[in-house]
Amino acid sequence: MNGSRSATLTVAWRLATFRSEGFPTIPLAILGLLLFVAVFANVLAPHDPEVGRLGERFHPPFWQQGGSETYLLGTDHLGRDVLSRLLFGARVSIVVGFTAVIVAGIIGTALGILSGYLGGWVDQVIMRFTDTWLALPALTFAIFLAAVVGPSEMNIVIILVVVYWTRYARVIRGEVLSLKERDFVRLAIVAGCSKWTIMKRHILPNVLNSAIVLGTLMLGVVVVTEAALSFLGVGVPPPKPAWGLMLADGKKGLMAGYWWLTVLPGCCIMLMVLSANLLGDWLRVKLDPQLRQL
Amino acid sequence: MKRYIVKRVGYALVSLVLLSITIFLFVRLTGDPAVLLVEPGASQADLDAIHQQFGLDRPLWVQYGRFASSLLRGDLGHSFYYRTPVLELYLSRLPSSLLLAAAAMTFSLVIGIPTGIIAAVRVNRWWDSAGKIFALLGLSLPSFWVGLLLILFFSVYLGWLPSSGSGTAAHLVMPAFALGWYFAAAHMRLTRSSMLDVLGSEYVKLARLKGLPEALVIGKHAFKNALIPVLTLAGINLVIMVNVAVVVETVFAWPGVGRLLYEGIAFRDFPVVQATVILGGAMIVIVNLLVDILYALIDPRIRLDR
Repeated sequence: MNGSRSATLTVAWRLATFRSEGFPTIPLAILGLLLFVAVFANVLAPHDPEVGRLGERFHPPFWQQGGSETYLLGTDHLGRDVLSRLLFGARVSIVVGFTAVIVAGIIGTALGILSGYLGGWVDQVIMRFTDTWLALPALTFAIFLAAVVGPSEMNIVIILVVVYWTRYARVIRGEVLSLKERDFVRLAIVAGCSKWTIMKRHILPNVLNSAIVLGTLMLGVVVVTEAALSFLGVGVPPPKPAWGLMLADGKKGLMAGYWWLTVLPGCCIMLMVLSANLLGDWLRVKLDPQLRQL
Repeated sequence: MKRYIVKRVGYALVSLVLLSITIFLFVRLTGDPAVLLVEPGASQADLDAIHQQFGLDRPLWVQYGRFASSLLRGDLGHSFYYRTPVLELYLSRLPSSLLLAAAAMTFSLVIGIPTGIIAAVRVNRWWDSAGKIFALLGLSLPSFWVGLLLILFFSVYLGWLPSSGSGTAAHLVMPAFALGWYFAAAHMRLTRSSMLDVLGSEYVKLARLKGLPEALVIGKHAFKNALIPVLTLAGINLVIMVNVAVVVETVFAWPGVGRLLYEGIAFRDFPVVQATVILGGAMIVIVNLLVDILYALIDPRIRLDR
């Protein structure tokens, strides 16, 4: 009994100290909730998100006059249930956002390590490309790529990876350049490790923190870019429910005062991006105090 | 100094060449470029004509030679929709974009610099925390959503401002706010950290030791020096604003280059889309070059260092 009680106390104490260090409870809870919603969207959604009833168009949310309990958050211009579309929209944002961030992170980190550690012409080639691609305005570049490859959910992920891997490569290369001069790497060289082993066993684990921090912060950027692309009509193709697409649809009813079609999807985007940014800021301080100026 | 400038110009030229190669390859390697270069609904004969005209059956490097030489001559293709050279079209829209960017920049600096300074002077007080929250919101809210919310409140509910179009100062208010919002947060963050750097420096300590009133130390000695990086960033951001304004310009039907890009997507007008990304990238490369050179002129440490 005593043991379990002290264990509980320890856990409670830990939670308390976490809080005092600014542990991002709320952002994590929101991201967790979004993840949950994304996984179980088909169970949670009360209606089909892609099929509406034209007779039930522009119902306001239930608390407003004319709203009903059948459509808790109202309906859009095709009579589709907004709540169901928001729930399924979380799935799109989570899948696109996480996949793009992770794949771009792997590619960018790998190229950043190669570039920084090998130096010479490899570094020149990779960095000249990185600099050039960084100079391309991200959104314009993404729109151009979308115009070339055409819209689909898969293509959006590819586009976001192509546009954003450079951010990782730049930062990771800088880290590797300073790691390279550290004693443990020199010792590994003296001990006869191959370049490959050094990069994999000694450099990679040391840049992983930065990559994770950067990835968390990129999640917000990627989600906003995806929403912007969908909003402009080159992202997730309709009728699939994506938050950016819902905003584009909502714009049609904006002047008529159908506020819920604009406010609600935007709130979802904001919550996700804000949570990712708060989590990223916390991780940055927590994992890597030297990286505060990222 | 000369060597430094030559080296920087060389880097910029390499970047421009890589940029053109990137765009060229993306169009060629992801499918038949003729489909993009021909108007929607064109016949097989038209496709063949395009193949002939652009030499799409020739080796890639020959094709690139043609592409690069037409770029150098300022020929970015013809718009399918407007039936005019794309470059002309772009230049005719640029003044509107610059006007919007200038307004957004003014707004972002007027908000960003004072709040940043106050946050730095009152570091870790409630004002600083409020500033942090403001910066976080600025960086997290998508500009097009801010734009839509502004329309909802100021056009639909209050009826104070026109929801779209251009021509009067009233048309400029909401797009400038929506576009400048993000940058205000970025400028605030930079002003704060730059100001903190300067406040910790020797000459500020000396000014304080001399017994100068705090207002004079901050207003005269610290402020001017803290402003240098902020204004540099603002210069680069002005160009970036022109290029990220596409969503805001779409929301407010503002007739700038962003709107042109949107029309390019909507009308499947590929030459317009391609030209916008090339010109946008080129503008940023050139501005970066200018900033590098300017910095070297101001600060001898940079040019001697490399």
